[in-house]
Amino acid sequence: MRRKKSKRGASAPAVTTVVVMRLYIANNAPNSVRAVANLAAICEEHLKDNFKLEIIDVLEYPLRALADGILVTPSLAKVSPSPAAKIVGNLSDKKSVIHALGISESVD
Amino acid sequence: MKRVTVTATKSAALQPLPKVATGIPGFDELSHGGLPRNRTTLLRGGPGSGKTVFALQSIVNAARRRQEPGIFVAFEESTRQIVANAASFDWRLSALAKHQLFFLDAKLSPEVVQSGEFDLSGMLAMLKAKKDEIGANWIVFDGIDVLLTLLQNPIAEMREIYRIRDWLADNEVNAAIITAKIDGDSSEIVNYGFLQFMVDCVVRFERRLEHGVALHRLQITKYRGSDFVAGEYPVSFGPSGMEVGAPEPAEIRHEASSERVSAGFERLDTMLGGGLFRGSSTLITGVPGTSKTTLAGKFAEAACQRGERTLFVSFDEGAEPIARNLSSVGIQLKPHVKSGLLRMYSARTESIGAEDHLVKLKSLIREHRPRCMVVDPLSAIAKAGGLSAARAVANRLIYMVKDEKVTVVVTAINTVNDPQTEATDLQISRIADTWIHLSYLIRSGERNRALTIIKSRGTWHSNQVRELILTDTGPMLADVYTAGGEVLMGTLRWEKEGEEKAKTIQRRAEYDHKRGELQVAEADTHARIKALQQDLERQRVELAKYSSANEARIVTSSDREKELRRIRSADPAGRAPTRIVPALAKRGASNRSGNSGRKGKKDAHDAP
Repeated sequence: MRRKKSKRGASAPAVTTVVVMRLYIANNAPNSVRAVANLAAICEEHLKDNFKLEIIDVLEYPLRALADGILVTPSLAKVSPSPAAKIVGNLSDKKSVIHALGISESVD
Repeated sequence: MKRVTVTATKSAALQPLPKVATGIPGFDELSHGGLPRNRTTLLRGGPGSGKTVFALQSIVNAARRRQEPGIFVAFEESTRQIVANAASFDWRLSALAKHQLFFLDAKLSPEVVQSGEFDLSGMLAMLKAKKDEIGANWIVFDGIDVLLTLLQNPIAEMREIYRIRDWLADNEVNAAIITAKIDGDSSEIVNYGFLQFMVDCVVRFERRLEHGVALHRLQITKYRGSDFVAGEYPVSFGPSGMEVGAPEPAEIRHEASSERVSAGFERLDTMLGGGLFRGSSTLITGVPGTSKTTLAGKFAEAACQRGERTLFVSFDEGAEPIARNLSSVGIQLKPHVKSGLLRMYSARTESIGAEDHLVKLKSLIREHRPRCMVVDPLSAIAKAGGLSAARAVANRLIYMVKDEKVTVVVTAINTVNDPQTEATDLQISRIADTWIHLSYLIRSGERNRALTIIKSRGTWHSNQVRELILTDTGPMLADVYTAGGEVLMGTLRWEKEGEEKAKTIQRRAEYDHKRGELQVAEADTHARIKALQQDLERQRVELAKYSSANEARIVTSSDREKELRRIRSADPAGRAPTRIVPALAKRGASNRSGNSGRKGKKDAHDAP
């Protein structure tokens, strides 16, 4: 399990809340590698430091993933703020990811 | 992506292929043992064709009968839906789901957003972990097409199929089942051809509508390294799940019993040469209203009265109205239902296919264990989805019932009042042992019910057409009156009966009269005989009297002659008596009867 944590940035607008996400990957499977890169880019661009991301390797923690209701890899789960959302795929379609995470308006 | 290993599938081809039974009645016979062990089987078919039930039933059987845990991955339906759907079967699935079966809800919810490609490596890792955890021996991927079409890319599809295949090769299970919605030859899965290639066994399911009733079919289209029964077989769904109408064994092994059971009432038994054989099948045909049900009901009642468990199956008519109608002709079924001896079951024929009716009847027979059974009317199942299916079902029903040594009476409705038309309908008449035909004979402005025994195997039977009458005490066959080569029925018979009765009375009166006359004459004769005897007696006495008087006279006259001679002295004194006495002695010898008296008298006369 790899973890990436960021604290709330001082320059961010007051309305911004921390987005908590979990990304389930299958080790270095091509789609999983791509998903990590794509998500990193999205976060960099839209969330700055206002996010908390947990990356879970399903191959390593399969029963945890099972308990979390994960089916395919890669899968991204938005835990908070509500509403929760789930996105499957390598996150190459950035627009739909941003829309699903509900973060399009959280930044300028 | 991993490399393809083809060697694994070929290595074991020479030995007899090990198989693992599904426990689905009929299928294990068709496939000569079940699914290939440690291999993958593909179930393909359109929606609602029974793939899921087949897969589910297989792992349920494995879990219940052999304590082999299994994993069910549901791509199409939610786990809750599957458990709810299976609740109609007696599998106790929710109990099994707690321990031996694991259901993975692999249905992607519609809220899930898809962004770019994904793969199954994560899911397969999860399944492996779960498999190791519960020690699963069976795995089902139900509705894999749903998942594969989400990939939206033929290359990705192919890749994931390989991935599954490799996973199955690495994680040996007793049997793996993949179901895919493939209707006919078209599928949304681009690589379905490859999917078929990679598995060792393919079973095709089909659901089609015939006359508004859904009929299910199954066919094994591929079985690598094994022979199997080719051809399409009917599939039916009963309380214990799916059942495949596997072909009947070619050899018929029914024990022939020589025990007779009553067909319902004595006269019919007499016509049948003593009743029906135990374990035989009887067909009663006739147009509506010819009292087929009454006859069948009488048979059931007689069976119950003998204390035999009986099953009365009626189609398209409720058990209640049947019992009520039969009680109006003196057939009481309700008390036997109450005592548990008789089980009445009625079903609407259109609601389910003929196959399903058969499964239902099978389970009823297993449950109730009847010795006698009635199906009224069996011809109704022809409505349940096509004649050919119904025909097969009717045949199988009769064979099945015979296997159970149940004496069965089935009825069939003719639409035309001609027994020959039955032969074109369900064709039960060919396999039934006894065939009774009921018809209306219209003569002299009347419809009368007539009963004919068309055939009865292995026994003498009456060839006469008899009139069937319904009375308050049940059906009966009227006495036979023939006139001009025809059996008289209805009014004609009644008239004939009246005529016969009048004749009998007249004959009796005539007889009585004649007898009286003769008795009088006899008494008269006796009286006359007596009178004549008295006459005779009197005459004898008279005769006797007369004879003695006559003799006395003769003696007197001879004495007088002697006296006269003596007085006239015509003869010498010494000679005269010697000449007379021998003459008297001579006369006495010639007439012996009653001489002694007269001799005595003569001596007495002579002595002085």
